[in-house]
Amino acid sequence: MLRFIRIASLVAAALLAAVTGYVYLTRGEAVVSVADIGGPFRLASANGGVVDSQDLAGKPFAVFFGFTRCPEVCPTTMAEMSAALTELGDQGKDLRVFFVTVDPERDTADFLKDYLSSFDPRIEALVPTADELAAMARAFRAFYAKSPTSDGGYTMDHTATVFLMDRQGKLASTISYGEEQATRMAKLRKLLGV
Amino acid sequence: MRLFKELAFAATLSLASIFAIASGHAHEIKLGDIVISHPWSRPAPMASDVAAGFMKITNTGTADDRLVSATAAITGTVQLHDMKMEGDVMKMSEIPGGIVIPTGQTVELKPKSLHVMFMDLKRAPVEGEQFKGTLTFEKAGTVEIDYEVTAQAPEAH
Repeated sequence: MLRFIRIASLVAAALLAAVTGYVYLTRGEAVVSVADIGGPFRLASANGGVVDSQDLAGKPFAVFFGFTRCPEVCPTTMAEMSAALTELGDQGKDLRVFFVTVDPERDTADFLKDYLSSFDPRIEALVPTADELAAMARAFRAFYAKSPTSDGGYTMDHTATVFLMDRQGKLASTISYGEEQATRMAKLRKLLGV
Repeated sequence: MRLFKELAFAATLSLASIFAIASGHAHEIKLGDIVISHPWSRPAPMASDVAAGFMKITNTGTADDRLVSATAAITGTVQLHDMKMEGDVMKMSEIPGGIVIPTGQTVELKPKSLHVMFMDLKRAPVEGEQFKGTLTFEKAGTVEIDYEVTAQAPEAH
């Protein structure tokens, strides 16, 4: 009997996994449970004060993990996001986009503020401590790691995805690096419900 | 002998610059068996400390060569890097031995791939400007090049 229960639960688990996988795949999302990505955060803003995810309730927002000494992915993503925000115009006036530095050791608030002044003002830098960064990256399933260079310095490997969070602070969608502009706009419009 | 070598090096450099200027719009620079096309860099965001250089390098010779180092007028720190996407993660790494340019092949330094990495910028590249740099190859030697600063990759002429 015990053996039967064990087999039955295995079968049930496999079925559940298959159904879950099917649901996520048909929704066009990653197989990782979408509901698990994201979570509350409270981080210092480069613009002064703090940004608390609780205060964002009811408004969609976007999160990107990057650093200012990033030659390509970060400036390209920020430039594309700026262009998208310009295109959205008033429809995206309340959309906040957070650039969370994965290099808080070198990226000071002042430096980040100067850096982002080249982009749309709706993009705001968040400056976590090392511990806050670890917790936030864990919550968003984001990866970051130092990659040492010969001059004794380092560069950063990091997740290059833009996370689009819905009004409840749950992951609605993601924008991958190099995604087509039309797809990017469609995802942002869907997020905003416009 | 050493003086001779240095003089020869200086002469090569000056000749190379004259050639670079003379070639003007074509942005094609020859150094022995090595042909470098369209060196370019993107304008950097304000306060940014880094930028990247891109180009095509063709080896018309019968032996492999290697891009071993580079310099640039905008910074004292230049490295040769590779960038790749592993899933959603961008990984950047220095190529300590330099970039091999196999015989008869063209290696493209381009976004999302191999690039010359400019760090600790003294000044950021500005759209429409040019800045000077040098490339040193194991066999072909050193050549001076001009990077064109443009947001979009220049089309092949």
